[in-house]
Amino acid sequence: MSLYGTDLLALLPELIIVSTACLVIALDPITPASRRDLLAWLSVGALALCLGLTGLQISGENVRVSAFSDLVAIDAYARFWKVLLYGVTGITIVLSLPYLKAERIHLGEYYGFILLALSGMLVMVSAVDLLTIYLGTELMSISLYVMAGLNRSKPRSLEASAKYFVLGAFSSGILLYGISLLYGLAGSTKLALIAGAIGTRGTDDPLVLIATILIAVGFGFKLAAVPFHMWTPDVYEGAPTSVTAFMAVAAKAASFAAFIRVFVEGLGGLKADWSIMFLLISIVTLLLGNVVAIVQTNIKRMLAYSSIVHAGYALIGFVAAGRGDSLSGGAPGLASVMMYLAIYSFMTLGAFAVIGMLRKGGVEGEEIEDFTGLAKRQPVAAFFMLIFMASLAGIPPTAGFIAKFYVFMAAVDAGMAWLAALALIFAAVSAYYYMRVVMVMYMRDPNPSSIAPPRLATSPALSFVLACAVAGVILFGLFPNPLVSFALQSVLTLK
Amino acid sequence: MSFVTESTARWIALVATLADLCVALPLWWLFDPQTSQMQFTEHVAWITSPPIYYSLGLDGISLPLVLMTVGIMPLCVLASWNAVTTRVQGFMAMVLVMETTMVGVFVALDFVLFYVFWEAMLIPMYLLIGVWGGANRLYAAIKFFLYTLAGSMLLLVAILVLYYYGGHTFDILALSQGTYPASLQTWIFLAFFAAFAVKVPMFPFHTWLPDAHVEAPTAGSVILASILLKMGAYGFLRFSLPMLPDASRMFTPVMVVLSIIAIIYGAYMALAQVDLKKLIAYSSVSHMGFVTLGLFVLNQQGIEGAVLQMVNHGITTGGLFLCVGIIYERTHSRLIADNVGLASPMPQYATLLVIFALSSLGLPGTNSFVGEFLVLVGTFSWSKIATAVASLGIILAATYLLWMVQRVVFGVPTPHHLPKLRDLNPRELATLVPLVLLIFWIGLYPNPLMSRMHQSVTNTIASMSREKVAPTAHPSAGVITPLLVDSEEPLEIQGGSR
Repeated sequence: MSLYGTDLLALLPELIIVSTACLVIALDPITPASRRDLLAWLSVGALALCLGLTGLQISGENVRVSAFSDLVAIDAYARFWKVLLYGVTGITIVLSLPYLKAERIHLGEYYGFILLALSGMLVMVSAVDLLTIYLGTELMSISLYVMAGLNRSKPRSLEASAKYFVLGAFSSGILLYGISLLYGLAGSTKLALIAGAIGTRGTDDPLVLIATILIAVGFGFKLAAVPFHMWTPDVYEGAPTSVTAFMAVAAKAASFAAFIRVFVEGLGGLKADWSIMFLLISIVTLLLGNVVAIVQTNIKRMLAYSSIVHAGYALIGFVAAGRGDSLSGGAPGLASVMMYLAIYSFMTLGAFAVIGMLRKGGVEGEEIEDFTGLAKRQPVAAFFMLIFMASLAGIPPTAGFIAKFYVFMAAVDAGMAWLAALALIFAAVSAYYYMRVVMVMYMRDPNPSSIAPPRLATSPALSFVLACAVAGVILFGLFPNPLVSFALQSVLTLK
Repeated sequence: MSFVTESTARWIALVATLADLCVALPLWWLFDPQTSQMQFTEHVAWITSPPIYYSLGLDGISLPLVLMTVGIMPLCVLASWNAVTTRVQGFMAMVLVMETTMVGVFVALDFVLFYVFWEAMLIPMYLLIGVWGGANRLYAAIKFFLYTLAGSMLLLVAILVLYYYGGHTFDILALSQGTYPASLQTWIFLAFFAAFAVKVPMFPFHTWLPDAHVEAPTAGSVILASILLKMGAYGFLRFSLPMLPDASRMFTPVMVVLSIIAIIYGAYMALAQVDLKKLIAYSSVSHMGFVTLGLFVLNQQGIEGAVLQMVNHGITTGGLFLCVGIIYERTHSRLIADNVGLASPMPQYATLLVIFALSSLGLPGTNSFVGEFLVLVGTFSWSKIATAVASLGIILAATYLLWMVQRVVFGVPTPHHLPKLRDLNPRELATLVPLVLLIFWIGLYPNPLMSRMHQSVTNTIASMSREKVAPTAHPSAGVITPLLVDSEEPLEIQGGSR
């Protein structure tokens, strides 16, 4: 294999991100603590540059450029996720700045690790080869393990990191085992060749099924779908809030991107089998996630279960796509998953941004009770949180409704109206715990006896992030057309 | 939010609601009663894939409801003028959002748009009850929220299923023209029922209503009783009857029985109440029973009576809740026992309360008499026994309302502060007098109202008896956008999750 200039050019955004990450880590020791903000803005600048480059890379809507002998594909599908990931990472960096300072863990290498995780994600969304996908997954995960333990002085943060590492390594092993089985029967790790091999061997080969199950389990951990979700609440609770936001949004989006590509392009011949499997997983995910979320008192844990639940909703769109007759029949289903995750990113990031702002004395207020009476003290922030919660619950006219609408539309189109009805009943259940946050903010008076009532630490950058997230939630709710057509066009390049 | 003072917020809300009224009122004269077509339509593309339109229009059924809504809202603002003292800006904002969504529900001609309006009112109403409500407001607010949300979730599934069966459109008028297989109609009817019956509320889905009514602030109670409850009945009339004629006919006995139970049960519950708001809340259950009864006897008199009764109930019950709010501002109690013998200290108030009560019990000459009479005439041709039983509801209504009037107006006052109460001020008179005028206008000369709804009701009934055509799974594939390719699999409605 030889490297060509065109290949490197195709990966230019990824290369820029990786170099910036190295630059940030190298500059960190020689940057005075007072000027560490510059590292964050340097990272944001790199993101903006790459956003422009990725936009320029695609000439036509249905074009796929392969690089490095078909290990990576530059296509509209990857572009959709990359644009989303750039945006999400940028927002995360901006919201990390004041948060890390308040927590006194403002370390320069944090931004380096975020960019390294991002480059892993970028590889995941564009790779068309199982091993490359695995490499991207590992780059992302290892960076996240480090970031989860960033708050070195807090045992909870270290515990989260260790737990995440052990279970993440475990799931990576399972994924790798599935990949090795597929390599054994296809003689290649390229998705296209695997699809061909499955086509010739037939779909009832037990080895194929076992490999599919193993890969599904591996991705199940990354997506945090029940029953592979156990790490999520502990890690989300223990990790610094900005890292939690990044994990809940970017890592989930990238995992879904790779997951969809593997199962559609590589294992598409088995969709009758895996759609049943993911149907069960999504139902169990919705059931367990919603029920357990009700009893949470820590808002980060509650949002952890909420992120599990949202994976379940997104899986419904995926299952619907699998039940279609052809891939084009599944396109609306896959597009609904993409829209769902894009919208989910905005509302979840917004919610975590508000949580990160809430300070109780010197520490973070992360109990739901800490939000008591917020509407009186901080009406704007409380109103923003209200919008995020309504959107997470899927109440129109927020974007969360549009996300659910398309997923359920795909389900009904695939002949699963009963699944849509079941999932919507769960959505009504989920409204209970989202509305509880609204309730404590608006309908309870602050406890007068508490010494230091939780207050909000705001900064211009954070206000900007919140405004972006609210604008995203409202605008995509009222004018979803651009997002819908973007997703529908992007999904067409999946083969 | 502090850049708007409290009194500015009040004035903004009042001017906005009055401006709405001024804009909507000419529709009464511009409306052409000779046609059942939608009038004053607007049709703008909203979402391209699937095709969803911002599509609005009025017919003879929605016109009275829209006018009632925009007429009631200024009164709500006036009634909250001094009653709401905390976070006034937020309160007024929520009232205005409510008005937007409620009018939207009555004029939407696209099913998704309708659903967006239908659901969008949940959060503002939740806040109205939960933030500005009474002592037990948290429980009442979440109960209201979850009840209505759970019901409307199934509505969304039904809308999506109809989309695929009705030729890939969300156009309400086009969907009303379609014919659907009987088994599908049954499922869709049940899903619609879940949403609309909770909202009406029909027995046995009414339990959120007394809580919500009692805990809500006065304006919230008025909005709930006068307008929100009508949305459920409107849903039955706009969607269930024309789209699902076979299922509607099949379920008629069930719906009639549930309506009659609501009439009798609501009245009996009202008899037992010691709290004025609860009494009126249960009387709402009873009166809304007449509305659903009229709708589901499926004939001209019944449905016209039901639509009229929707307006009447909005006016009369709105007036009663306003009366309770006025006395609560003075005595800080809603209990009948604490408000005995108001005739001598507050003669104007007592007069108006008596008028509202008489209207509510259906005295001839008032609006409710016309509506209930029409409903009973319609029911008579369907079943004489049902008519007889439903008529009992009117007798019971007379009992609980006159008993309430006897105590509140003419009783001997026991609490000492009662004789010192001041009578209505001009603002309070302004909230009540328009409603009294409407009561007598509809009661004595309902013809202008009836003539405007006549063609639309006729059209609804005609659309129910149209020829049954063999269902075609996806009749108009031409309208599908290329991206939404149609899967030919039949929908698995049968394997329902229930």
